[in-house]
Amino acid sequence: MKKLTCLLFAATMLTGMVSAQVLINGAGATFPYPVYSKWFNQYHQKFANVQINYQSQGSGAGIRQVTEGTVDFGATDGPMNAEQLKQFQDKRGSAILHFPTVMGADVIAYNLPGISQELNFTPEAIAGIFLGKITKWNDPELSKANPGAKLPGSDIIVVHRSDGSGTTYVFVDYLSKVSKEWETKVGRGTSVNWPVGLGGKGNEGVAGQIKQTPNSIGYIELIYAIQNKMAHGNVRNAAGKFVQPNTASVTAAAAGALKDMPEDFRVSITNAAGKDSYPISSFTWLLIPAKIQDQSKKKALIDFLHWMLDNDAQAMAEALDYARLPKAVVAREIKAISKIQ
Amino acid sequence: MSAPTITEDRARSEERARSFLGRLRSGDEVAYLITFLAAASILFVTGWIVFELFRNSALSRHEFGWSFLTTQVWDPVAGRFGALPFIYGTLITSALALLQAIPLGVGAAIFLSELAPARVSDALTFLIELLAAVPSVIYGLLGVFVLIPFLKTVEPAIRRVLGFLPFFQGPFYGVSVLAAGFVLAIMIIPFIISISREVLLAVPGDQREAAMALGATKWEATWDIVVPFARKGIIGSIFLALARSLGETMAVTMVIGNDPKIHASLFAPGYSIASVIANEFTEATGDLYVNALIELGLVLFALTFLINGMARLLILSTTRKGSTQ
Repeated sequence: MKKLTCLLFAATMLTGMVSAQVLINGAGATFPYPVYSKWFNQYHQKFANVQINYQSQGSGAGIRQVTEGTVDFGATDGPMNAEQLKQFQDKRGSAILHFPTVMGADVIAYNLPGISQELNFTPEAIAGIFLGKITKWNDPELSKANPGAKLPGSDIIVVHRSDGSGTTYVFVDYLSKVSKEWETKVGRGTSVNWPVGLGGKGNEGVAGQIKQTPNSIGYIELIYAIQNKMAHGNVRNAAGKFVQPNTASVTAAAAGALKDMPEDFRVSITNAAGKDSYPISSFTWLLIPAKIQDQSKKKALIDFLHWMLDNDAQAMAEALDYARLPKAVVAREIKAISKIQ
Repeated sequence: MSAPTITEDRARSEERARSFLGRLRSGDEVAYLITFLAAASILFVTGWIVFELFRNSALSRHEFGWSFLTTQVWDPVAGRFGALPFIYGTLITSALALLQAIPLGVGAAIFLSELAPARVSDALTFLIELLAAVPSVIYGLLGVFVLIPFLKTVEPAIRRVLGFLPFFQGPFYGVSVLAAGFVLAIMIIPFIISISREVLLAVPGDQREAAMALGATKWEATWDIVVPFARKGIIGSIFLALARSLGETMAVTMVIGNDPKIHASLFAPGYSIASVIANEFTEATGDLYVNALIELGLVLFALTFLINGMARLLILSTTRKGSTQ
C-alpha cells in the first residue's frame, strides 16, 4: 500500500513536471547552427523546463516553415523581403519580427603558389573577377593594390557556391552595392546566374576546390576560413581602407551601419561606413512572430531573447569565432522585444 | 467429468485448424489478393509521384510551357528558368559512364561466370556486391581526392592524342563532365557485373554442352551461345545501371563543377538535373523558383521513363529476332 502511494506520488510529480515543460521548435539557417545549438543547450541546462529544438535546414526552409506555422520560430541569414512579409501577414494574421543574433562575414580566399603575404582587394577587383572581366592575376587593378607582391600572369579560376546559401547572398549583395554592372546583370539572391566560375557544394566544396586548384579564388564563410586556415585577403571598405576580416572588424561594420538601421532590423550591413568596418559582413536573424498564442512559449522565447543578448551569451558566440553584436544594437533589440504580444 | 470435454475440445480445435489450413491451402484467391495489392501499391506510388510533381510544378509549366525544355538560361534572380543544360549534363554523363561500364561490366561478368574457377568467382563476386553498397558520397570523395588529381596528370596526354576533337579542348580544371562520367562508371559497374553474372549462371548447362558437342571451343560456346541466351538479362542490368546514373546526386555534384551551361568539351564543367535540385531546393525562395525545380524533377522522371521504354522495345525486338533464327 505504502509502495503504491509512493508510485502514485511519483507519477503525479512526473506528469506535473512534463506539463510545465515548454518545448519550442525552430528551423532555419545553417551558418549560425553551431552557436545556436550551444545556446539552446546552455539555456536548457540553466532553465531545465525550457527545451528549444533547432533544425538547420537553410534560411529558405526557415522562412517557409515559420510562415506555414510548422515551427515556433525561424532563422535566416538574409532578411525576409516585402513579399515574404506580406505572405506571413496573410497566413498567420500577424507581423513577424527580425532579431539579429550574431554576425558573420565572407572572406576572399585564394590559392596562389609563391605568394605568402595577405593580398589586398579593391571592390572593383572583386567585381571584375567575378564578372569575368579581370582574368589574369597580374591585372593592373590587382597589382596596383598589392605593390609588394609578385603576381603571376596566369589565368584566374573563379570558384563559387553551387548550393543556395546565405553566404552567397551576402557576397552578391556586397557586389551589387559596389558594382552597378553586377546589380543589373546578375543581382542579389541565395543562388544567382554566375557569369564565370566553377560551383562547389557548401563552404567545404568551395574550399576544397580552391585548395586543389592553383591560381583559384572564391568566397567562403569567415569562420570556416579561420578554422581551416585558408589564405584570405583584405578588402578595401567604403572609407577607403584595406581591412582584415576578423570578429572586431565585422562588429565594427554593424556599428558603422547603425545610423541607417531601420526599426525592424532588416538591414544589410555590407559596404558599411566606418574606417574599421569589414565590408562583406552580415547579421543573422531569428524570425519570431509578433503574436504568440501560447503564453508559456511566449514567455520562454522572450526570456531567451534577453538571455541571448546578454554579455555571457554573446561571449559564448565570440568563442566560436562569431562576431558579437555592438552594444547599441543590443540596446535597440531589447526595446524591440516588447513588440512580442 | 473433465476427460470427455478435453477430447471433444481437442477434436473440435483440430477440425477448426484443419479447415483453416485447408482454406489457406486452396486459398488461391487470398494469395492473388495479397500479391495483387503488393503490385498495385507500386503502381499507386509511381502514379502519385507523377501527380504530385505535375501539380506542384503548375506555376512553372504555365510560365514557360515547352520552352522550359529548350531554354539554356537558369537565372533564379530574374526568375527565368530553362532545363536544357541540366538535361544535356545528365544524358552526357550517363552516356560516358555506360560507354566505360558496359564493356568492363559485361566482360567481368563473363569471366566470373564462365571462365574463372569457382572459388575466385565467389570471392570476387562478394567484393563486387560490397562495391554496390558503398554510399555515393564516398564515391564523390574518391572522385575529388583521387580521380581528379589523376585526371589532371593524364590530361596533357589525352590532349596530345585526342586534342583535335572538340570534346577534348579548352581549359581543364579537374572538375568536369569527364570526371563525373568516370565516377558514375565506377559506381554502376558493380550493378552490371552482379546481375549479368547471375543471368549467365542461370543459362542451362545443356546449352553449353550441346555447343561443345558440336565442336565449338569454350569461348565460342560462351560468346555465340551463352551470352546471346542471356542477353535479355544483361540488357536489363545495363538499364538498371543507367537508371542509377541518371538519378545520381551527391557524387556527381562533387565532381561535375556545377556550371549550368552547355560546352562541347568534356573537359568543361557541367551540371545534372539531380544535382541542381539537391543544391538549390533548400534555399529556393519564391514560388516560381520552387516550381521550376519541381518541374526539373518531372523532367528527370519523364527522361527515365522514356529511356526505360526504349529499353523494353530494344529487348522485344532482339528477342523476336532471336526466336526466328
